[in-house]
Amino acid sequence: MILGIDTSLGTAVAVIDADGAVRADAASADALGHAEIIGTLLETAMTDAALGPIGATGASEPVALTHVAAGMGPGPFTGLRVGIAAARAFALGRGIPVVPVRSHDAAALAVLLTDPFADVPRFAVVTDARRKEFAFTVYDGIDDDGLPVRVTDATLVKRDDIDAALAEHGAERRDTTVIPGAMVALVAARAVAAGRVEDLGEPLYLRAPDVTMPGPRKKVGQ
Amino acid sequence: MTREPLVLGIETSCDETGIGIVRGRTLLSNTIASSMDEHARYGGVVPEVAARAHLEALQPAIEAALAEAQVVLTDIDAVAVTSGPGLAGALMVGVGAAKALAVSLDKPLYAVNHLVGHIAADILTGDEVEYPTVALLVSGGHTSLLLVRDLVSDVELLGETMDDAAGEAFDKIARILGLPYPGGPEIDRAASTGDPNAIRFPRGMSRASDMAEHRYDFSFSGLKTAVARWVEQHEAAGQPVSVPDVAASFREAVVDVLVTKALDACARHDVPRLLLGGGVIANKRLRDVALERAEAAGVAVRIPPLSLCTDNGAMIAALASELIMSGHPASTLAFGADSTLPVTTIQVAASS
Ligand SMILES: [Zn+2]
Repeated sequence: MILGIDTSLGTAVAVIDADGAVRADAASADALGHAEIIGTLLETAMTDAALGPIGATGASEPVALTHVAAGMGPGPFTGLRVGIAAARAFALGRGIPVVPVRSHDAAALAVLLTDPFADVPRFAVVTDARRKEFAFTVYDGIDDDGLPVRVTDATLVKRDDIDAALAEHGAERRDTTVIPGAMVALVAARAVAAGRVEDLGEPLYLRAPDVTMPGPRKKVGQ
Repeated sequence: MTREPLVLGIETSCDETGIGIVRGRTLLSNTIASSMDEHARYGGVVPEVAARAHLEALQPAIEAALAEAQVVLTDIDAVAVTSGPGLAGALMVGVGAAKALAVSLDKPLYAVNHLVGHIAADILTGDEVEYPTVALLVSGGHTSLLLVRDLVSDVELLGETMDDAAGEAFDKIARILGLPYPGGPEIDRAASTGDPNAIRFPRGMSRASDMAEHRYDFSFSGLKTAVARWVEQHEAAGQPVSVPDVAASFREAVVDVLVTKALDACARHDVPRLLLGGGVIANKRLRDVALERAEAAGVAVRIPPLSLCTDNGAMIAALASELIMSGHPASTLAFGADSTLPVTTIQVAASS
């Protein structure tokens, strides 16, 4: 059973069973306020998860989390960090491992699973990176482990240049405003099952910290 | 809840990732990971660099604190966290972690005020602490003068800095004098051979006209400009600039105004106790002048050990522990990072 947490866009928390059945899905679309809402969403998800898989009837297994999946971005840093810090702390409290997940992988899996029989052409998950930029990652189908096939790493591009950049990769544009928590957990479940957990120690920041090096001393004059 | 709660405190308001564990009033661990070295090349704390460092340091710091305290997370009775004031992006890392830890462990969460935490640090010294007391908190992030009638219910803001924090002023003057960051210890070193009375630099917010509105407020920007101008004028005139004399005279101006206003507050409020806190308390001249002038004024000064004066998680745990022992309910999960949290708000989002 996996708890998925992502704050790369809004705030998403979900719990899925090992077989992928969704037990809880709590989210806020607010692009701010991650720190405000994360605790309430976690509490709601844990309460819902105890009721068993959504739509299932009959007695449910008790909640026994095995992993916490953390969406590692890309996304605006300040909010992104809230979810990663929460995932690490929650896992520490339960003595279970954290599985880092690229947030775009979760969005891509959502696209690919929408219609399992459709032949989805090469596409790019495109998310808002603020400062007049988009972040995009190109995907092409799903592999034997059930994970989306990543063609590029997450890349920043000026908003005006996105269509040209995607044309270069021959990728359809899929604008994404929500990273589903259940998909973050599902990418983690499949990565764990396939022994393909990525060693992402740091969030996918994509930008260096905004700093100005101290220049020569300014004169104050008279 | 046990009478002496075991509390884990998380503090991420500036550049120190502090994890503290206390049992009642007993300190079990005060683990601090500082990102100060990463800020040195920028000449001051860079919020984004600080926030990144908190995320990296948090989990190892919690594990180190638990090992030192010889407890496991499931032993913890409550989680405490700084809600503010401080750097918003830095605070959010701690708030996110603390909420998740509390839900994960199914334990109560106490969201508290960083500044009041500095006052609570004194409790961990093991001494009997008496109230009311005036408290002077001086660091790179804040310069505040408080009247504490009761730690968990009645803290009044008497005054604070109108511009730079005192620690920031030390950093900026160090730069003007070509000394590295952080400026406090460097100014101290340079000042040790200087004459504190060589140059009479201005005492901010100390004119008679300031006494009505800003009696207990501070300002260090005028002092900074005065030092910069003095150095420029002497350089332009080809006169030697004695770095020790400038450093000593600058430091004297800061120390003088801090101690004068703190003791004035003690006198005017008839409170013969003064508590010093914050990282700038490391400054020996500040401690010496405070002790000397307080003794003359009949004021007892308390200075916790430096490891409890700088930003730390133990003080946050200690404040929550006091709240618990005096019967205050936990915070709800519905609060955020509040970079300008007023000192009168001791606990945030207390459940009713
Ligand atoms: Zn502080």
